[in-house]
Amino acid sequence: MADAEPTRSSLTEPTGAAAETRLHTAGAASAPFVSDRELPDYRFRFILLLLAAVFCFIGSFAVGRFSLAVADAVLILLSPAVHFAMSMDIPVLGDIVHILLSPVVPVAETWDDAMYSVVFNIRLPRILAALLVGAALSTAGAAYQGMFQNPLVSPDILGASAGAGFGAALAIYFYLGTGAITLFAFAGGLVAVGTAYGVSRLTRGNPTLGMVLAGILVASLFSASTSYIKLVADTNDQLPAITYWLMGSLAGATMEDVYFAGVVIVIGLIPLYLFRWRMNVLTLGEDEAKSMGINTHLLRLIVILCATLVTAVAVSISGIIGWVGLVIPHFCRMIFGYDYRRIIPAAIIMGGGFLLLVDNFARTIATTEVPLGILTAFVGAPIFAYLLMMGGKRS
Amino acid sequence: MSLEISHLSFAYGRRTRLVLDDVSFSVKEGDLLAVLGPNGVGKSTMFRCILGFLRNYRGSIRLNGLDIKTLDHKEIAKHVAYIPQSTHPVFNYTVLDVVLMGLTNQVRLLGTPNRSHIDEAYAAMENLGIAHLRDAGYGEISGGERQLALVARALVQKAKILIMDEPTANLDYGNQFRVMCRISDLARDGYIIILSTHNPDHAFLYANRTLMIYGGRVIAEGTPEGVLDAGLIKDVYGVDVHIEDYQYGSRRHKLCIPIDGGIGKHG
Repeated sequence: MADAEPTRSSLTEPTGAAAETRLHTAGAASAPFVSDRELPDYRFRFILLLLAAVFCFIGSFAVGRFSLAVADAVLILLSPAVHFAMSMDIPVLGDIVHILLSPVVPVAETWDDAMYSVVFNIRLPRILAALLVGAALSTAGAAYQGMFQNPLVSPDILGASAGAGFGAALAIYFYLGTGAITLFAFAGGLVAVGTAYGVSRLTRGNPTLGMVLAGILVASLFSASTSYIKLVADTNDQLPAITYWLMGSLAGATMEDVYFAGVVIVIGLIPLYLFRWRMNVLTLGEDEAKSMGINTHLLRLIVILCATLVTAVAVSISGIIGWVGLVIPHFCRMIFGYDYRRIIPAAIIMGGGFLLLVDNFARTIATTEVPLGILTAFVGAPIFAYLLMMGGKRS
Repeated sequence: MSLEISHLSFAYGRRTRLVLDDVSFSVKEGDLLAVLGPNGVGKSTMFRCILGFLRNYRGSIRLNGLDIKTLDHKEIAKHVAYIPQSTHPVFNYTVLDVVLMGLTNQVRLLGTPNRSHIDEAYAAMENLGIAHLRDAGYGEISGGERQLALVARALVQKAKILIMDEPTANLDYGNQFRVMCRISDLARDGYIIILSTHNPDHAFLYANRTLMIYGGRVIAEGTPEGVLDAGLIKDVYGVDVHIEDYQYGSRRHKLCIPIDGGIGKHG
């Protein structure tokens, strides 16, 4: 009250324009540190995203030709844990679990072996593979976009997809099994990026530009090699197999694929997550990042290594799936801002959820499976166009 | 805190011409050194050498007596901060996020900035009068505000030597003045500031020392009042100027006025 009085008296004295200016400066001085812009509640958005992803995960078990209710799927998923708990020799614990779960999980099985097999042998590996591949591609895309200071970069910028495609084509050409195709594709992706990185180290001038050009060079070499294999491949079985592989699909995903890709992707994503704040600094470019004390060579190498690892392994189990690594990071920035502290976790969840959603369409939209790579383009391109138009409006 | 540059020479290729040719000077605490010279004479190259971006130069650059070739980027960053021209960013970070990046050396390798880092960044922004922009997009504020955000970022880096590449480029008249005032305040607080500029008046108004580079060589060095004369500016920029002494209140200054007949106002 005492504070308010002098202000009021000073405001009543002058009249007209003078009073207005006084009022204006007084207002500005009393609250000088108020932020000009309110940041959205990112935590709330993150929780929503997480809930959407969980919903998508559970719902996906009910999607497919074999009709299965969501509730049944959940019960089947939980059943091994329940059986395990009840099979333990500690009588009291088994009873407790039994009593606690009996209203939720019927002790008598309400499903048959076919349903059980669909859930565990077909849908679970496919759903997990979609989550892993989507998370890997979009996080790698976000990492590459920051490192190259270019939001139009996708995870195959350094030739990972082209190399993996060549590796897979080679394995198919030599009639190797599905496991070998995966391994060849993985190795092909790593070799391609390694070559691109090696070539870029030999170039002079701007290292990021050198890397982009080396990536284009290596990718075109590997694509040409893939084309050559297609040319000489058996047109009855090999050529369709190669072509179909290159379109990308999760139809054949097995639990072995999931274990293999899961381990590699987790190993690759952990450093990207840990370095998430430093990646902000890397987006400033070579000189500025160095001037702040960052060892840019080392950090760039770590980012490339991890992003390549996850991209190559994702491509090796799914084939070439475009757009996810380009569109999802944009979506993340739109919802969570530009800070990599939020983009990396958001890209992991959103990328996994997005690919899972698209894969659900891939297996139901037509009588035959639609290759995932085709669908992601059909879904991704319009979304991207929308984002670009929204982005244009905002700035 | 001192920075000594002696006999610095640099060429980008082995057989190309020298961009820097035997440049020597030194700066001490409180100095605001304005580096003048036409486009492409090697000002930026010199800065890149001092910042440790370019290492295959001849001569020596000594930071507190230590050759910077023996220091890694982390060590150099503790003493020398770089304030680039404020360009439009690719990624629209908030201003606070941009300022926080100056704390790279203090944030743990795998960590993220904590509460005290944020307070520190905020204090630097308050100090420069841009605290209200903390959550604004760095790409959405004015060029002058961006430049001040970069200064705040350099301040939280706690380096005592600030290297500024044309801090007033692309700024309007008012922002040029405001940014330069903040910068000369910093020199008064004991920072060493080395900046490049194309405006001799900025040297007169704010700098206590100036360096004229032409063709990779230092052709004049000393106080702005002592070395910047009409003859030197005619030689370097090819413009006829008149250097005017003026007094306003207790302040005495020199002012550089172009008098070339062809471009003056007719009336």
